[in-house]
Formats: sequence, C-alpha cells, structure tokens
Amino acid sequence: MGKNLVGNHIRKLRFNHDEMTQQQLADKVGVTRQTIVALEKGNYSPSLELAFRIALAFNLPLEKVFFYGENTK
Amino acid sequence: MTYQEKKSIVLLISTIIIFVSYCLYMYPHYPKGGLDLNETYRYWGSFVLILTIVSIVAHIIISIIFNMIFRITTREKEPSFADELDRLIELKAHRNSFFVFIVGFLLAMGSLIIFQPSQLMFIILIFSGFLSDVTGSVTKLYHYRRGV
Repeated sequence: MGKNLVGNHIRKLRFNHDEMTQQQLADKVGVTRQTIVALEKGNYSPSLELAFRIALAFNLPLEKVFFYGENTK
Repeated sequence: MTYQEKKSIVLLISTIIIFVSYCLYMYPHYPKGGLDLNETYRYWGSFVLILTIVSIVAHIIISIIFNMIFRITTREKEPSFADELDRLIELKAHRNSFFVFIVGFLLAMGSLIIFQPSQLMFIILIFSGFLSDVTGSVTKLYHYRRGV
C-alpha cells in the first residue's frame, strides 16, 4: 500500500497546542486514536468532513493542516 | 500495536483453532458406508449449523476475554464505536471475504456438474466459508497495519 498523496501537519500541530495527545484530538474530532495514528503516519486520507473537523480543532484553515503532494515547507 | 490490530490477530487465530478443532471432532462421526443419502445430508446439515453456532458463541466469549485482558494490560478502554476508517476497512474486508466465498460456491457447484460426490460439494462450501472468514481477518489486519 503506497503512501497517500494527502499529507498533514497534525503531529506538529498537536505539540504546538499544549502537547495535545492523540487521544485528546481523537475525542475532539470524534474518531478513534487508531485513525489519528493512521493519519499521522500518512496511511490514510481523511474524508472532507473529518479534515474540516481536525482543522477546526486546531482553529486553522484546512490548507494549514493538510497539503496535497510533497510538502515544500 | 493498536487495539484493532491485536483484535484482528486474535480473531484470525481463534477462527483457525475453532475450525480445525471442530473438524477434528466431527471427522470420526462421519456416517460409515456413505450410501445413505439422508444420513449424509443430515450429517452435513448438522456440521454447518453446529459450526455456525459454536463459532458465534466462541467469538463472543473470546472478544469479552480479549477486551478484559486489553484493559488490564494497557489500562486503556477499547474503542466504543466504529469511525470512518473502521467502516472503510470493514467494507474492504467484506468485499474480499465475499469474493472468496463466491469463488468457493462456484467451485462447489462446478464439482456437481462434473459428477463429483455431493460430499465434495459440502467440503468445498464449508472450506470456502472458513477461507472467506480468514480472508476477512487478514484484510483487516493488513489495512490496519499498512493503511487504506
């Protein structure tokens, strides 16, 4: 299974938000911790709805959390 | 390793153990002679029915024991709901599982066309049911470990 093209900064953002745990983020957005683990590893591209919920949890626009293709930053 | 990965492995191993031990238990009970069709059909009917009931009950008991051990060893609660990733993996597991069973079903029907004994048809059907179960568990484990 190849890596998904949709990448994210979830891991970095969690640490910038008072070292939020995977479980805390999972509870906030209504998924299991397994899904946050899969997202951080790049093993899963979330649905649009979940992507928006995660962006809202960090109070950031979608494009600051997710990116398409290789991250240039 | 996460809860779902551990659970998939436990279900896979328990499926194999239940099926193999049940087959070993039922094998000596096969009607001798083999010409009495009613007795043979009764044997295969009870084989499938009892296997289904035993599998369901065993899986429920194993799941309860697994959850208890998981809570004690990790001090975490198991997920109480299935989210979008779980549902997607479940769908993929069902698709692969059904595919394997349909292939087995067609092979079983094919065996009748080429005048094979009806026992072979039942053996292929039961074995494809087992294989489809294993395929479902392996698919889940694969996607939970490697992603979707």
